Amino acid sequence: MRVVLAEDLFLLRDGLVRLLEAYGFEIAAAVESGPELTRALAETEPDVAVVDVRLPPTHTDEGLQCALEARRKRPGLPVLVLSQHVEQLYARELLADGTGGVGYLLKDRVFDAEQFVDAVRRVAAGGTAMDPQVIQQLLSRRADDRPLGRLTARELEVMELMAQGRSNAAIAAQLVVTERAIAKHTSNIFTKLGLEVSDDDNRRVLAVLAHLDRDR
Amino acid sequence: MTTNTNSGGFRGRAREVLLAAVRGLVLALVILPVSVLCFALTAISVALIPIGVGIVTTPWILGGVRDVADVRRRLAYEWCGMRIRSAYRPLPPDASPWARTFGMLRDPQVGRDVLWLFVDMTAGFLTALLPAVLLFYPFEGFAVAAGLWRVLREGGTYWYGFVPVSGQGTAFAAAALGAVILVAAFRWTPALLTAHFRLTRAVLDPGEGELVERVRVLTETRKDAVDASAAELRRIERDLHDGAQARLVAMGMDLGTIEMLLDKDPEHAKKLLAQTRQASVEALGELRDLVRGIHPPVLAERGLGDAVRALALRLPVATEVTVDLPGRADAPVESAAYFAVSEVLTNAVKHSGADRIWVDVHHTDGMLRISVTDHGRGGATIGAGSGLAGVERRLGTFDGVLAVSSPAGGPTMVTMEIPCALS
Repeated sequence: MRVVLAEDLFLLRDGLVRLLEAYGFEIAAAVESGPELTRALAETEPDVAVVDVRLPPTHTDEGLQCALEARRKRPGLPVLVLSQHVEQLYARELLADGTGGVGYLLKDRVFDAEQFVDAVRRVAAGGTAMDPQVIQQLLSRRADDRPLGRLTARELEVMELMAQGRSNAAIAAQLVVTERAIAKHTSNIFTKLGLEVSDDDNRRVLAVLAHLDRDR
Repeated sequence: MTTNTNSGGFRGRAREVLLAAVRGLVLALVILPVSVLCFALTAISVALIPIGVGIVTTPWILGGVRDVADVRRRLAYEWCGMRIRSAYRPLPPDASPWARTFGMLRDPQVGRDVLWLFVDMTAGFLTALLPAVLLFYPFEGFAVAAGLWRVLREGGTYWYGFVPVSGQGTAFAAAALGAVILVAAFRWTPALLTAHFRLTRAVLDPGEGELVERVRVLTETRKDAVDASAAELRRIERDLHDGAQARLVAMGMDLGTIEMLLDKDPEHAKKLLAQTRQASVEALGELRDLVRGIHPPVLAERGLGDAVRALALRLPVATEVTVDLPGRADAPVESAAYFAVSEVLTNAVKHSGADRIWVDVHHTDGMLRISVTDHGRGGATIGAGSGLAGVERRLGTFDGVLAVSSPAGGPTMVTMEIPCALS
């Protein structure tokens, strides 16, 4: 699987290259600025791009803008965005086209190599990887949401993991229950939220995220 | 020697007197058409504001008036060594004609300029003309005595000053009066020109009061700014000291322990390693919060509009944000505005009990205007101890103002204005 990596801090870039290579990824390009990223994305046609939000030369949200622009040119291009801080605003922009293949994680998540690599693979496969903090922010804003209030504590837990983009199998493993139990929770969640049940993992995630982010 | 010096002094004085008279004459000749024209154009232009034409012409004409006044200021310094200060308010270079017109009309210095035009075409004209009259009128008296009286007498009695000239005798009286006037002119002509500029200064100069007031405000807001930034640095120091720094020390110690345990008790070492990783995540979280308090990353990356939007998304109350900013303000202004909005929103969430908040951010007339409205219970004040007083102080550093309208029972509307240009 070929990866384009954009990160301006040398230590972090070097660490990510080593980490990804150790897990069998091929680094198509490892760049340190926005213009280089745009060029690398156009020239190497990677399976997934791992991009830092803030990049030179502007040191603003150059990385995010490059990623969004690349996705406009090539819809569905899998992009995993990394940042020192997560903003619901940015998550919304990444999810706006509704095609999936999007990830948005805090840089700290790299510490847990297994989970991070799992997130990269998921995004590359067209899935979603949202940082738990994004989901927490969404949920904290919906304290008075009535459909959400009908969920049991366990269902809420399952929904949080689902919104992060985890598959039923992964959720089952984390909560130490069977996949069938999770499948039951999921269908309950969808019924209570009034969402259309779908077998497609990715569509399911996007539906939940859209429900959480919709205007009150 | 003494005689020579005296004669040199006399000649020098004569040149001075002549120069003052000529300068006064030129000034008087120019004043009348220019001042009348400027005054008339200003009046017409202001009268045309209601139908729109005045919006375009007024800044242009008032700018011209300012140029005319500036020329007089320069002459006052060059001819009489008199400094006439000006205190025009700065206008942002990209202000709309509307903003320009009303910005200028509100400027007290522009008001003084226009008043000066009126004074200049009356009293100013006379005081400028007087030196020339005093110097040249006596020569007419001498000419009358020399025989001109015969010609002048044709049209009835000719009055030279208060002397009715009807024959050689009275003509000599006229010459005598002329001589007296000439002596007076010799003595006072330069002083008369100075009097003209003194009059100009009395009308045009902003005076001490206004400047003193400005200095007082600046001193006060500077003190607030310095105090606030010192307190802020103290808070950051304390947070780093008790937070991230302490955590890093603990992590270093844990790593030492792990190193020691690696061979003896690998199982325990592994557990400790997981703990240390958790501690590093917590340290990062603390640093992130600290950074957000110093300068929010979204503000650096996206500017005020999106930073306020991101802020609204974090609130537990539904908040609608409308932003109309064609560019970005200076970083210090952006930061002050952001924290002001943040404080006002926090207040609204905590005290208003409202379930909906509206934030409006826009830039017009060289002003960044932000309003935060909620339909909660109202009763908010800028009293001592309230967060709003702090916001007012912080905005004061940028000449910004805060207004609160919050009748009991709501709604509450907090408005902030900061003069600034966008880039």
